[in-house]
Amino acid sequence: MSKQINVALIGNPNTGKTSVFNALTGLNQKVGNYPGITVEKKEGICKLPRGVKAHIIDLPGTYSLNASSLDENVVIELLLNKNGKDYPDVAIVVSDVENLKRNLLLFTQIKDLEIPTILVINMSDRMAYKGISLDIAHLERELKTKIALVSTRKNKGIEQIRELIIKHKELSVEPCLNSSTIDESYFDNLKKAFPNQLLYKLWLVITQDVNFGKTDRKNYEAVEDFKTKSKTDLKRLQQKETIKRYQFINETLKKGQTIDLKSAKDLRIKLDRILTHKVWGYLIFGLILLLMFQAIYDWSSVPMDFIDSSFASLSEWVKETLPEGAFTNLLAEGIISGLGGIVIFIPQIAFLFLFISILEESGYMSRVVFLMDRIMRRFGLSGKSVVPLISGTACAIPAIMATRNIESWKERLITILVTPFTTCSARLPVYLIIIALVIPEGRILGLSYQALTLMLLYLIGFGTAVGSAWILNKIMGLKSKSFFVVEMPNYKLPLFKNVVLTVLEKTKAFVFGAGKIILAISIVLWFLASYGPGDNFNNAESIITEKYASENLTKEELHQKIESQKLEHSYIGIAGHAIEPAIRPLGYDWKIGIAIVSSFAAREVFVGTLATIYSVGSDEEETIKNRMAGEVNPILGGPLFNFASGISLLLFYAFAMQCMSTLAIVKRETNSWKWPIYQLVIMSTFAYIVALVAYQVLI
Amino acid sequence: MTLAELKRGQQGIIIDVSSIHIPLKLLEMGCLPGNTVELVQVAPFADPLYLNINGTHLAIRKETAIHIIIETAHE
Repeated sequence: MSKQINVALIGNPNTGKTSVFNALTGLNQKVGNYPGITVEKKEGICKLPRGVKAHIIDLPGTYSLNASSLDENVVIELLLNKNGKDYPDVAIVVSDVENLKRNLLLFTQIKDLEIPTILVINMSDRMAYKGISLDIAHLERELKTKIALVSTRKNKGIEQIRELIIKHKELSVEPCLNSSTIDESYFDNLKKAFPNQLLYKLWLVITQDVNFGKTDRKNYEAVEDFKTKSKTDLKRLQQKETIKRYQFINETLKKGQTIDLKSAKDLRIKLDRILTHKVWGYLIFGLILLLMFQAIYDWSSVPMDFIDSSFASLSEWVKETLPEGAFTNLLAEGIISGLGGIVIFIPQIAFLFLFISILEESGYMSRVVFLMDRIMRRFGLSGKSVVPLISGTACAIPAIMATRNIESWKERLITILVTPFTTCSARLPVYLIIIALVIPEGRILGLSYQALTLMLLYLIGFGTAVGSAWILNKIMGLKSKSFFVVEMPNYKLPLFKNVVLTVLEKTKAFVFGAGKIILAISIVLWFLASYGPGDNFNNAESIITEKYASENLTKEELHQKIESQKLEHSYIGIAGHAIEPAIRPLGYDWKIGIAIVSSFAAREVFVGTLATIYSVGSDEEETIKNRMAGEVNPILGGPLFNFASGISLLLFYAFAMQCMSTLAIVKRETNSWKWPIYQLVIMSTFAYIVALVAYQVLI
Repeated sequence: MTLAELKRGQQGIIIDVSSIHIPLKLLEMGCLPGNTVELVQVAPFADPLYLNINGTHLAIRKETAIHIIIETAHE
């Protein structure tokens, strides 16, 4: 294997860092987690000339090396751990030409770590529009680096980055300013105590709460004659350091950058006037959400119907073609049905992530944060809670992780606790199939009833989240200092490539992440439904034949009776019957009971479970929906999935805490089992009560 | 005067920031003595404030803005 060059991509949020990453790596990227923590780790391979490869890590966006969140800690830990396998041979700092001044702060800090650093100035296509011109030679000299002027939008300058990566050994490692002058005696003392260490690295270890390879900290604690400073003093020094860096940057840019304000045009002001307007702002936000749900429901129904019927035919084909036996049944009834239950949701999940990534990329999401902060604060939340609550419509797990940038602990905790109420994509399958069964087709003002029901469910989820936040805020009485700083980035036309890559990546994560669980559970369920203990199951055929001997049943009818006798006395049937008394008042039968129990692992299992249960023993080629529509309520007669039981189920799924992964993530983010257990008990009890009331009222 | 008293469209120069009440992150984004600040927009219900500090656009709450002392150009 040829030697790889390790490259770390670093930059402020909103600088187009990910666009640069995508431009360099294309489809050669993968997303994982940093060991032990839930911070997303994006890495990719970039092919360079002469067979050299660069291994590129896209580090989380950060404004500086003073970490205030777990994501930012990752950046510092990676840059300080010289022996780590990802320690960069070269760092690329990505900056935005319109925010160069602020972006350079992080750059000067990284230079202090004496890592060879390339400066990428991105969005150079905006320079003429904004009246900016740069003296690159002057900047390179002052900043002691090489600069690549890049426009990922116009696909310019990427080649230059590649060349600079190859020639990384020629880069200077000299810091661009001497920050230790902020308190010379303190830093002299530090230098004396640790003669072999890099001064700036020591400073970071002292000021940050990071776990840097334990040895570092031990060394530092072992030297007794070195006195550290109080926290307030350290903070004051950090402030001095920041001022010092800005002085240097201002000085450098005075000569290196000219901005002709006369030729600068600003679309931002006009757009902001409308998008953050007290009436139009909220109206537009509402319309965007409406469009989103219309798309998710209506537009994706065509590919979904196609997928549904394709899997039904595939299952049928397998049964007809392969020799009869347990394996064929497992394949046709267990695996293919289970797979169909996953694949069918790809169109919707893709639409959802399409919208979310466009909202994020365009800079609109920050306006929503700005618009909603005052309102959200009344409920004990922050404007920043809007992002987790909206991305919670995709999945609660990344949403809960997205709370990390909420500065106040109280607002953050409340956001974490209520986020699982928002309608995640795992609920979507359940909603869709139930809505299709119990809500009539038809349109009002061009919007289908079914789409409106779906939107209503999303609003219920959101409303419950906000309402319970309000209650939590009242009863918890937590006091904590709240800081709220949110950058308002420029409006940008989302880059097609970035959006497509995000949609691909997230959909893939759903299919392979959730898909594995769904498939595994489907197979287990098939076994439990196909085998059973005792006479009632094993002699089902003779029992039924005897029982109906007097009635003149066709072969077909007899077969049906045998199969349902088998299912009822299979392992799963026994389990379902055991919990039936508890769920009967909600309008469910034991089959739905099984689906509910199995969906405590993950909600999306519901449909797959029903598909597996109902397909066991059925011969005809039928879609999941048709099978469910054909189910009869064993006691009351009539369809099992009627309006009352349908609504009751919808509400149960809206409120119940049925996701083990979310509980695990809440435990990790709050560092205690207390909160996830509260969530599980309170949400599920509430769900049961609401579903009960709904069914009893509607029936 | 404090930043919270600025009117929409008005500019000022930051004189002092109370470091106990101001997060380091805000300083790093350019909220430092000597820099100019403009109130670009006020959110509905009069909070938060949308600022342009030294070319960086950001929003902070009023409760933070009262700890930033400024002086307007035409005083």
